[in-house]
Amino acid sequence: MLDDFLNQFLPSTVGGLVFGSIYALIALGYTMVYGVLRLINFAHSEIFMIGTFTSLVVITAVAPASPLTGFALFGVMLLIIALSALISGGAAMLLEVVAYRPLRKKGATRLTALISAIGASLFLQELFALVIIPWLTGKPGRNQQSSPRLVDRDTVFSIGNAAIRTDHIIVIVAAVIMMIALDRVVNRTKIGRGIRATAQDPEAAVLMGVSIDNIVRVTFLLGGAMAGVAGALYLMEFENTVFNVGFVLGIKAFTAAVLGGIGNLRGALLGGVVLGLIENWGAIFLGSEWKDVIAFTVLVIVLMFRPTGILGESLQKARA
Amino acid sequence: MKGNGVTGNANPLRRVGALFDGARDWWEHAKVWQRYLVYLGAIVFALVLPAPWIGSFMSPGSDWTTVLIYPIGTYILLAIGLNIVVGQAGLLDLGFVAFFAIGGYSVAYFGTQYGWNYWATVAFGILITAVSGVILGAPTLRLRGDYLAIVTLGFGEIVRITANNTDEIGGARGITNIPHPTDIPGVVEFALLPAPYYYLMVAAIIVVIIFSVRLQKSRVGRAWAAIREDEDAAELMGVPTFKFKLLAFAIGAMIGGLAGGIYAGKAVFIEPNTFPFILSATILAAVVLGGSGNLPGVMLGAFVIAWLPERFREVEWLKDALGGKDPAEFRILLFGGVLVLMMGLKPEGLLPSRRRKAELHEGTGGMGTMGAEVAGPDTDVTTTEAAK
Repeated sequence: MLDDFLNQFLPSTVGGLVFGSIYALIALGYTMVYGVLRLINFAHSEIFMIGTFTSLVVITAVAPASPLTGFALFGVMLLIIALSALISGGAAMLLEVVAYRPLRKKGATRLTALISAIGASLFLQELFALVIIPWLTGKPGRNQQSSPRLVDRDTVFSIGNAAIRTDHIIVIVAAVIMMIALDRVVNRTKIGRGIRATAQDPEAAVLMGVSIDNIVRVTFLLGGAMAGVAGALYLMEFENTVFNVGFVLGIKAFTAAVLGGIGNLRGALLGGVVLGLIENWGAIFLGSEWKDVIAFTVLVIVLMFRPTGILGESLQKARA
Repeated sequence: MKGNGVTGNANPLRRVGALFDGARDWWEHAKVWQRYLVYLGAIVFALVLPAPWIGSFMSPGSDWTTVLIYPIGTYILLAIGLNIVVGQAGLLDLGFVAFFAIGGYSVAYFGTQYGWNYWATVAFGILITAVSGVILGAPTLRLRGDYLAIVTLGFGEIVRITANNTDEIGGARGITNIPHPTDIPGVVEFALLPAPYYYLMVAAIIVVIIFSVRLQKSRVGRAWAAIREDEDAAELMGVPTFKFKLLAFAIGAMIGGLAGGIYAGKAVFIEPNTFPFILSATILAAVVLGGSGNLPGVMLGAFVIAWLPERFREVEWLKDALGGKDPAEFRILLFGGVLVLMMGLKPEGLLPSRRRKAELHEGTGGMGTMGAEVAGPDTDVTTTEAAK
């Protein structure tokens, strides 16, 4: 047992970091929307799913030339990430207008909003399974769709017995860049200040001339774009997707957000990485079929003992 | 009265509500013998429901009695159980299917492995689900609102994945050859005919309805209403909220377990994927659509959500319109859309409970509002987020 653990420790750490980066990117959307609206955006996982299918379409289009290397790879990756971010961000904005805005205007209860979010989540999943996926790929909508290989799995360097491959590096680097960018936007721009102000005290923000509707729209756009990027990276790394791919991943990313401290952007990063590592290390002992159970158990334990998460402070308390 | 985006009686939903209000007023003042007449009428109606002439209209494509057992009867039973948790105590539980699964699995496991009598396995299954309701509730019920929802969802998935990974209870292959209910000599024999199971289901539903109504009118029910409306106030007034929340969880779980036991006895085969998250969401949709906290409403919601997809399963003109797909495939799409629309237009449901409606109109029932909303001339926010 212990030998197993020592043998597999480094490879599963790498796996955990890759998973963790993807969780963290999705968690950003949960955390931002929760910070501003006090709402668990249950349909956020479908925004991620839309990102995976956007990149599936692009990767399939460039498939004859893949696997790519060098500048071509860089260009195509940029295109996939940009397109997924755009389409997912747009979908998230649309979702807000349809499912949440009417409720917000009426001053609905938080549970009403959550039920609406669940409805939107089911609706989007089924819309894709029944209509959009068959139309995009010409295959039955409920099947696993696999994507062609975009990046060769070359080992760049090794640490002990863990091989660090090209695709690992791309996922982690891209995720880190996106997070730094988002952090900059929220902390250094005017619109970011508006987001922080709204999270802190919506009424005062309105009196100071912040347009709440705009802020909420931008929040969904940014969070959705991050989920879109996560979708693109996920597809490139795991090379398959399905209409309900977001379900378990969404709960795990939410777990990551709570673990880091909901409403806290840097917490989302920390939570994602920690969850990815715990999951992968735990899987060495219990077997990978228990991975999801490990993640959900972490969620329960965190909420029981430290509902504010590891970092605990939140978007609202961040110094402007 | 605040408008809900639609004015006056132009809204058909509201007209249904008004009709129902009239009926409720009559019921409030009805004499005892009139009430018993209504009870009798309802029971007679339930007993003649499987008649072929009704079935030919209600379910031309499949066997009507079977449809009445699953999904209709099962959904109604589950919805009554979830209504205690969500409607009466105001705890949003997204993992209710876990109890349905535990009930079904106990009947299956003890029936096949130890050859227990069916009725004993059902009773034991209800006991196990009550205990698991407490086990599940004890750590999580300190959480409020949407956090509770996510944790219960996680628990539902944990139960399903555990069943899937445990070879002791069949793993992913599930359990086959679950024994049928034991015959009651001279009264009823359970074989392959669906009718006896239907009457068993009706009996279970009647018992659970009586149980649920009596609970609602008791001290326990009042405590739940207090918790639902304002947990802090209830606690300060001396209601032991945690205990009552646990009780709500356990009782809801027992009803879920009962439904699982009956289902397993009829279906003869269960597997982990009989109990997906979508079933939890469906039952929640039934409760919310019908009118959370109001029994007739909840039953109507469960009936509609169970029956509509079955009714339009093989309808030719609809099939053609959908490009050759079975209309029943679109049911989840429809649930999702209906949930979003309902929450936007009429969050209290089709036949709301009166108290619930008042709560939703005057404040938030202690659930807190969404953030980023600012009091304007047409909103009255009496409770704001305390956690700022």
